[in-house]
Amino acid sequence: MTPEIESTARAAGKVHLSNVPAASSAPPVKALVRDLNFYYGTVHALKNINLEIAEKRVTALIGPSGCGKTTYLRCFNRMHDLYPGNRYEGEIILHPDNMNIIGHRIDPIEVRMRISMVFQKPNPFPKTIYENVAYGLRVRGVRRKGVIDEKVEQALQRSALWDEVKDRLHEQAYNLSGGQQQRLCIARALATEPEIVLFDEPTSALDPIATARIEELMHELKERVTIIIVTHNMQQAARVSDYTAFMYLGEVVEFNNTNQIFTNPARKQTEDYITGRYG
Amino acid sequence: MAASLSAHATRSRLRQLRERLVESLLFLAALSSVVITIGIVGVLAVESAGFFKQVSLLDFLTDTQWTPLFDDAHYGILPLMAGTLVTTAIALVVAIPLGTITAIYLSEYAGYRTREIIKPLMELLSAVPTVVYGYFALLFVTPLLQKLLPELPGFNMLSAGIVIGVMIIPYVSSVSEDAIRAVPMHLRESSYAMGATRLQTSLRVVIPAALSGIAAAYILGISRAIGETMVVAIAAGMQPNLTWNPMEPAATITAYIVQVSLGDVPHGSIGYQTIFAAGLTLLLMTLVFNIGGFILRKRFRQAY
Amino acid sequence: MEQLKALIARRKLFDRIFSVVGLLALTIGLLTLTALILDLAMDGLPRLSWDFFTSFPSRFASKAGILSAWVGTTLVMLVTAMTAVPLGIAAGLYLEEYAPKNWMTALIEINIANLAAVPSIVYGLMAIGLFVYTFNLGQSILTAGLTLALLILPMVIIATRESVRAIPGNIREAAYALGATKWQTVRDHVLPYSTGGILTGVIIALSRAIGESAPLIAIGALSFIAFLPAPPISAEPPFLSFQWLMDQYTVMPIQMFNWVSRPQEEFHHNAAAAGLVLLGMTLIMNGIAIWIRFRFRKRIKW
Repeated sequence: MTPEIESTARAAGKVHLSNVPAASSAPPVKALVRDLNFYYGTVHALKNINLEIAEKRVTALIGPSGCGKTTYLRCFNRMHDLYPGNRYEGEIILHPDNMNIIGHRIDPIEVRMRISMVFQKPNPFPKTIYENVAYGLRVRGVRRKGVIDEKVEQALQRSALWDEVKDRLHEQAYNLSGGQQQRLCIARALATEPEIVLFDEPTSALDPIATARIEELMHELKERVTIIIVTHNMQQAARVSDYTAFMYLGEVVEFNNTNQIFTNPARKQTEDYITGRYG
Repeated sequence: MAASLSAHATRSRLRQLRERLVESLLFLAALSSVVITIGIVGVLAVESAGFFKQVSLLDFLTDTQWTPLFDDAHYGILPLMAGTLVTTAIALVVAIPLGTITAIYLSEYAGYRTREIIKPLMELLSAVPTVVYGYFALLFVTPLLQKLLPELPGFNMLSAGIVIGVMIIPYVSSVSEDAIRAVPMHLRESSYAMGATRLQTSLRVVIPAALSGIAAAYILGISRAIGETMVVAIAAGMQPNLTWNPMEPAATITAYIVQVSLGDVPHGSIGYQTIFAAGLTLLLMTLVFNIGGFILRKRFRQAY
Repeated sequence: MEQLKALIARRKLFDRIFSVVGLLALTIGLLTLTALILDLAMDGLPRLSWDFFTSFPSRFASKAGILSAWVGTTLVMLVTAMTAVPLGIAAGLYLEEYAPKNWMTALIEINIANLAAVPSIVYGLMAIGLFVYTFNLGQSILTAGLTLALLILPMVIIATRESVRAIPGNIREAAYALGATKWQTVRDHVLPYSTGGILTGVIIALSRAIGESAPLIAIGALSFIAFLPAPPISAEPPFLSFQWLMDQYTVMPIQMFNWVSRPQEEFHHNAAAAGLVLLGMTLIMNGIAIWIRFRFRKRIKW
C-alpha cells in the first residue's frame, strides 16, 4: 500500500491496514473520494464518504437495498445532474490531472467523456448494432468512417461480442438476446476508451449463462480500465472484484480488499450482512 | 499541454453557447402559444370595446331583437343565444344518450375485435368536414324529417341540432370510454362477486366511479356544439329569431358571424363590430365550460 | 327460491336488452355515416369529371368546376404546414425536454389546453384584427395559411408531446452517459424515435385544417374566384416567386358552402361532387396517418 493511501485511510478511519497486502503489489489511485455528501432535496443520502478507487482494478459496492450504493455510483458520472434538486458536497478527485469531477465549475459532459456507465437493464438504442457502438464516437466529433469502423470492431472484440455480430453489424440491436444486448452496451461504453467504467448491477436482468460471460469479461477489461461495480449479489462481488466496500444507510461501513471482507470482516455489521443475517 | 487545455475550454464554451441558443429558440416556440391567446383576447376586446361604447351592456343582454344592419337597429344578443342554446340542446339530446351507451357498450360488453373495428370508424365520424355535415343536414335530414313533420320549414334548428349531435358522438363516447376504462378492475370484480349482472355493475358501480370523467366528456361535447358554425349556417338559416321552437329557422352566434362576413359591411362600422361582440360572448361561454371540464378532469385523474 | 330465480331471470333479460340497445347505438352513428357518404355519392358522382377539376366556378352550374378551389386548398395547406409543423414540434420538444417545473411552464400548458377548445370561428375573428388589418396582409393565401396554422398548432404540440413522452427514460440516460449534450440527445434520439407519432398527429391535424371553412369565411375569403394565384415558379429570374402568398384565393370547403347555399338544385349537385372530393382528401390523409403509425409501431416497440 502506498504511503499516501495509507495515511489518508488512517485519517479516515475506514480502512483497516493490518490485513492489506504489502506495498509491492499496491496499485496507484485512480480516484480519491474525500468527504463526499449527497442530498436528494433535503434527504441526506450519502454521508461523509472517504474512499480510494484503485486504478485498473475492480472495486465492488455491496450493501442492502437503499444503502446508497447506486446513488454513490451515479455521482461518478454526474447522472444526478439530470434531475432537479440534487446537491453534491465534498470532492471526487480524478488522477492524474486532479480534476474534482463533482466541482460546480466542471461541465458534467466532460466528466462523462472520461467515465462511462453500463446500466442495470440493457438499454441499447433502437438503431443498428454498428450505430449503437459508434454513437459515443460521433458525440466526440469523430467523423472519418475508417476510424469509426476500426474503433467499433475493437470495442466489440473487447466485449466478446464481435464473433457473434460481425456479419450483421447493420441489423437492429433489438434483435439481439438480453445477454448480447448487455455486451453491446458494454461495447458502447468501451468504444470511447474511458478511464473508468461504472457498472450498475449489470447482470441482475440476465440469465446465469449470460451473467457468467460478463463476469469473465470483467477480468479481461480491468487490464485496460478501472471498474467500479454495484451489485446486490455478494457471490458476484466475491468472484469479480479486487476491493469491496460495504455500505449501509448512506455510509461506507467497511472497505478492504475483497478477500478480507469476505473471509475476515472487521465490523460486525459487515459480517452480519455477508452471512445473510439481514439483507 | 496548455494549448490542448485552452482548445478544450473553447470547445466547451462553444458547446454551452450552442446549447443555450437551441433552448432559447425552442422556448420562443413554446411562448408563441401564449402570444396567440393574447392575440385572440386582444382583438376581441379592442373591437368589442368599440361596440360597447355605442351600445349599453344592458341593451345587449336584454333586448329581444338582433337587427344591427337595419335602420332601426337593435343589438340584443338574446335571439342569437336562443339559437345557440336550442341547437346545442337538441345536439345533446342526441349525443349524450348515444355517446354514453356507446361508451358503456364498448368498454363493458364489446369484444376486442368489435372495439378495434368501431373505434377507427368513430374517429372517421369526427373527421368529416363540417360543411359536408351541413350539406347532409339541409339536403337529406330535412327532407326526411319533412316526411314525418310536413310543416317543417326548409331551414330549421331540428335538422341542424340532430346532425351536430351525431357529429359529436365520438367526442362524448371516447372521453367517456377513457374514464370508464380507468375504473379499476377490482371494483367491478367485487360487484360481480355479489351476483350482479353486467348491466347492474355498469350502472351502479362503474358509472358512478367514472362520473367526473363522463361529466368532462359531456362538457367537451357542449363546448364543441356551441362553437359549431357550418352546420347551422347551412341548415338552420341565418335569420336571427328569438324562439325556443326547434322547428323554426334561427341564427346562432356563429351563423351570424358568417352572415356578416359574407356581406359587405365596412370595416370599422358598428355593424362590423357586432361580430366581435358576438365572438366575445361565444368565447366567454366556451371558456366557462372548458374551465369546468378541466376541473372535472383533474378530479377524475386524481381519484386513481 | 322461486322468487329469486324470477329476479335473476329478469335481471338477465335487462342485461340482454341493453346489449341490443348498445349495438343499436353503435349502428346509428355508423348508419348516419353511411347515409351521408351514399347521399353525397348519389348526388355528386355523376358530376365528377376531368372538366370539373379543371374549370373555374361559373354562373352556369354545368360549367362550374373546382380548379381554383383545389389549387387554393393546396397552396393554403402549404403555408399552414410550413408554419404549424416546425413551430408545433419545437414547442412540444421544449415542453417535454427543457421546460422547468415553474409557473411559466404551467401557464403555457394551460394555455395550450385552452386553445385546443376555442371555436374555430374565433380564430377567424382574431385573424381579421391581426393579420388582415394590423399586419396588413389582406385577404390573402398567407393570412389563410397562418390562421389555419394557429388553429391546428395545439394539435401538433400535443401529438409531439405524447410521442416524446413514450420514449423510455433509460434510453435518454444511456445517451447522456455517453457524454451527449441535451440538444444532441434530442436531435439524435428523441426526435428520430418519436417521428412516427409526430407525423401521424401532424397529418391528422392537417386533415382537419383542410375541412375548416368557418375561420376563412370570417376573414372574408371569396368564393367566386375565377383565376389562379400567381405561379410560384416563373420562367424569368429569380425563378422563384412569392407573389402567390398575397393573392386572393378560395378553398374547397368554401366553394362547397357557396354552392350549397344557392337555391338552384344543379348547384347542389356541384356541392355534392365537391364534398366527395373533400371527403376523399380527408379519408386519404387519415389513411396515410394510420399506415404511418402502424409502420413505426412495427419498427420500434417500447
